[in-house]
Amino acid sequence: MNFPILSAITFIPIIGALFVFLTRSEKDEKNSGAIYISIFTSIVNFFIILFVWYSIDKTTSDFQFIEEYNWISGFIKFKFGIDGISILFILLTAFIIPICIFSCINSIKTRLKEFLIALLVLETFIIGVFCSLDLVIFYLFFEAGLIPMFLIIGIWGGPRKVYSAFKFFLFTLLGSVLMLVAIIAIYWISGTTDITEIYQTGIPSEYQYLLWLAFFSSFAVKLPMWPVHTWLPDAHVEAPTAGSVVLAAILLKMGGYGFIRFSVGMFPVASEYFTPLIFSLSTIAVIYTSLIALMQKDMKKLIAYSSVAHMGYVTIGIFTFNKQGIEGSIVQMFSHGLISAALFLSVGVLYDRTHSRLIKTYGGIVNLMPKYSFLFMIFVLGTLGLPGTSGFVGEFLVLVGVFKVNYLVAILASIGVILAAAYILWLYKRVVFGKMENIQLKKIKDVNLSEAAILGVLSAAVLFFGFYPDPLFQTVNVSVDNLINNYNADIQQNITLKK
Amino acid sequence: MEYVILFLPLIGALLGYVVKVFGDIYSEIVTTLFVSAAAIFSIILFYNGIVYEEYGNYKIYQWIASGKFVVNASINIDPLSSIMLVVVSLVSALVHIYSIGYMSHDPDKPRFMCYLSLFTFAMFTLVVSDNFLQLFFGWEGVGLCSYLLIGFWHKKNSANNAAIKAFIVNRIGDFGFAIGIFLIFIFFGTLNYEEVFTLAPNFSDTEINFLGLEVNLITVTCLFLFIGAMGKSAQFFLHTWLPDAMEGPTPVSALIHAATMVTAGVFLVVRCSPIFEYSQVALNFVAIVGMITALFAASVAMVQNDIKKIIAYSTCSQLGYMFFAAGVGAYHVAIFHLFTHAFFKALLFLGSGSVIHSLNDEQDVRNMGDLWKKMPFTWFAMVVGTLALTGFPFLSGFYSKDAIIEFAFLKGTNVGYVAAGIGIMTAVLTALYSWRLIFKTFHGKFNNKNLSKSEIHESGLTITIPLLLLVVGSIFSGFLFKEFLIGHDYNNFWRDSILILEKFDHSGIPLWLLVITPFFVTILIPVSFFLYIKNTNVLDGIVLKYKSLYNFLLNKWYFDELYNQIIIKPTKFIGSFFWEKGDIKIIDRLGPDGISKIIKIISNKSSKFQSGYIYDYAFIMLIGLSLLLTFFIFYK
Repeated sequence: MNFPILSAITFIPIIGALFVFLTRSEKDEKNSGAIYISIFTSIVNFFIILFVWYSIDKTTSDFQFIEEYNWISGFIKFKFGIDGISILFILLTAFIIPICIFSCINSIKTRLKEFLIALLVLETFIIGVFCSLDLVIFYLFFEAGLIPMFLIIGIWGGPRKVYSAFKFFLFTLLGSVLMLVAIIAIYWISGTTDITEIYQTGIPSEYQYLLWLAFFSSFAVKLPMWPVHTWLPDAHVEAPTAGSVVLAAILLKMGGYGFIRFSVGMFPVASEYFTPLIFSLSTIAVIYTSLIALMQKDMKKLIAYSSVAHMGYVTIGIFTFNKQGIEGSIVQMFSHGLISAALFLSVGVLYDRTHSRLIKTYGGIVNLMPKYSFLFMIFVLGTLGLPGTSGFVGEFLVLVGVFKVNYLVAILASIGVILAAAYILWLYKRVVFGKMENIQLKKIKDVNLSEAAILGVLSAAVLFFGFYPDPLFQTVNVSVDNLINNYNADIQQNITLKK
Repeated sequence: MEYVILFLPLIGALLGYVVKVFGDIYSEIVTTLFVSAAAIFSIILFYNGIVYEEYGNYKIYQWIASGKFVVNASINIDPLSSIMLVVVSLVSALVHIYSIGYMSHDPDKPRFMCYLSLFTFAMFTLVVSDNFLQLFFGWEGVGLCSYLLIGFWHKKNSANNAAIKAFIVNRIGDFGFAIGIFLIFIFFGTLNYEEVFTLAPNFSDTEINFLGLEVNLITVTCLFLFIGAMGKSAQFFLHTWLPDAMEGPTPVSALIHAATMVTAGVFLVVRCSPIFEYSQVALNFVAIVGMITALFAASVAMVQNDIKKIIAYSTCSQLGYMFFAAGVGAYHVAIFHLFTHAFFKALLFLGSGSVIHSLNDEQDVRNMGDLWKKMPFTWFAMVVGTLALTGFPFLSGFYSKDAIIEFAFLKGTNVGYVAAGIGIMTAVLTALYSWRLIFKTFHGKFNNKNLSKSEIHESGLTITIPLLLLVVGSIFSGFLFKEFLIGHDYNNFWRDSILILEKFDHSGIPLWLLVITPFFVTILIPVSFFLYIKNTNVLDGIVLKYKSLYNFLLNKWYFDELYNQIIIKPTKFIGSFFWEKGDIKIIDRLGPDGISKIIKIISNKSSKFQSGYIYDYAFIMLIGLSLLLTFFIFYK
């Protein structure tokens, strides 16, 4: 076996966290040792992952860099492996975490060291989710990720942090419990929890429906889909900036990834059967949450609701089962990872200066913060899906994909694009333009170097993938083809069986 | 050279932003030079195309490739795109020069110039595209620049609102456009123009089931594409953003909201002529929307008092002309009118900008008057612009507008005859409101109270030179290019870039049709002089008598109020309703909050059982025992 590179990228952050833990610091002191260690670890990890992305074989859909160890012999194997789809999510994670670390250095005033530990541990768990090729391991990482996030909201959050943290935790846990039951059931049905083996043998179609629903309940909450989305706005509002960024940029994507890898991959027959359910919930989500976003008074809540709407496109795209739809939703998730992270960071920039998230506090800051306004504009444009930003590529492909399948859903979902322009431009106008009426804003300062660097990197990524999304498509191309072929084969087989 | 033309404005915009650190003047010079160079190259390209037939398709790179969905970024030079390049770059260059003078007091000059250059780039990508997605890219790109430029004076709340309104109304159009693109991709399997256009005849009889309706594929596709065109070109129902867009600086109005961006809708229809030709229904729809807009906008322009709004509605109305020209199948005439219109409308806007500039940002024509001696050159330019617009014989508008009316008549269908009639009526209205503008602004009594007449002076050279060039264009562009663009051998120029299935037969034009419009527009000059200057009592009487009609026109047929009532208010209401009732009252109260409340209640209640007193437990045991006994006694 070669060098266990997947274990390395998964566990480097937690080792870094260990070293951070060993640094000495008082409670509220700025601990430069901890900061350097965590920045170093996360950036080194990012470069290793960049290398993995570069070296992954993009012409095969097989899982690569496979590692296998026995954990409980004969029962659970510790199995890692990635394909073109998972590497993109790993890359996104490794890209966002260093950004979070940079951003929290100045804005987290208490217990910075512990915060950094939580972030690094979270990174390990998330990368673990995307690397796992065994259901039990997947479940462990999937659930474990809740703990650091729960702490981030519960400890460093705003005034209603306890309510939000519990709401977040309970919602997600409730869904996941059903998934655990389903995993146990799968073990009894197919005698293994190894995902590759399950892919090969397949699960008898009569079992698929219930299992699908159990997995669905977990992913739907995570993504989140309407009507189990209400934890998200609360969690975002109370979470500190870095927490919101991780939540929106990466944690939500675990739901989308789960739908692709498990729901469509393992239960194709049930997936086809439940497509109308997904389409209706997602279409409702797109329009309903866009309308709600329009009326929000709190910037973070607005962005949170817009996230739900954007995730609606993702689920619609996945369940079209065609190339444009699925690739579109992967690109959409990737791009939303960048854009939502950037939007929350932009709000964070303002929050650090005035300690208000309310839209009405602001207005007319463009003259005092021209650089900020410029960068913010790029993310606004990404949100409303302007061609030339990464937001457009994903959204448009999803709509193309779904238009092949269902005109009505496509048309209704397209209305969301109009609404997105309305809520986000209105937000921008009220915050950035107009006359400055709040006297406290008179002394507001433009972005400093580190903020400008963070937002600048993100905006460069948004524009780069808007003009040149080819690297993304090349990475996922074969894996998505394979997914669709397997899906179609299974559906065909099921039809012939029924006859 | 194609690459150079396309990227010069972009480089200019970026470089212009960078060099602003050395001083505003450098950004102005850089952006203006780059765009002017692009203009010169475009003219050379146009010339090469005509003389040496140097047309071609150049791929830049593969933009998106997902399965069969493959889209390239490319430059497609054909007669249509080369003439559009000339129009866009030429007007843009003149507007750049003009802006140096016009914006001289503005602290944000570099930003303004960069936006203008960026707009030019987006417009270029739109016209040189060889596929629908790049067209969409440019389409939204110009929309963005329009948004940024309308809201350029971002301290003004009205400007910000106008900017958002423009963007969102355009988005509604783009929504239709996008659906048109989806339909094309799903059925034609490609978005490349050439491939789509070759396939189009095969689909002319294809019926599809669209949302439960059996419809013709080509028809439904064209209609959706046309919704996009309606948004961008401010046609009836989606026109409301254009007058509001006048909140932006005047050079912007001239460039974006008169000469170039708003004509993109016309360009789209002409570009897609190989599809539209296969659907008579869609063409008729285009023609009818064009007619309604032409007449409607002209009627509103009659009574407006804001000098820019009058010209804005006039633009709207002229766009209507172009659309019904396209709708009767005279695509080349539509582009010819687009071409001449770009000159005289930009001239009118820039001329009115010169007036506004001299009067310290006064825009109300009621506060002007008798300026012609003070600003003789501007007066001269505006008069030429007006003559061209109204179609005064031998100026540019005469050739293009009369051609539209002629071709509509030649079409020989009912729609064609009605279009010709409406064309003549609108020409009459056009003459009236245009001369009203001239007389109210430059003649009569000086009415401004804030400014003494002696303070007013002619504008500087950066303003008058572009005006002069546009005057030349407005006078000669029709006469020079008539034969070439719409004459007998029009196909020598247009080649494959437009498709006209039914050729027009020029033999049957009655003489009265040829002279009626020039006749009207000529006699209306003294008539309007009489109405607006000599004897204003006549008009006041009419206004008093038809007060409600006057108000109806003054309030633009109450479209803004209507949309506010039926769209904006309900949307906001539903938004709050979903949030407060849906999310908070229903989902949360029945979901997490409800469950946690129930659990709390249950645990509160059940904790009471554990009181810790022996007699409580003994009592419960006794009850249990007796229940058990009862059970056994009755069921055993």
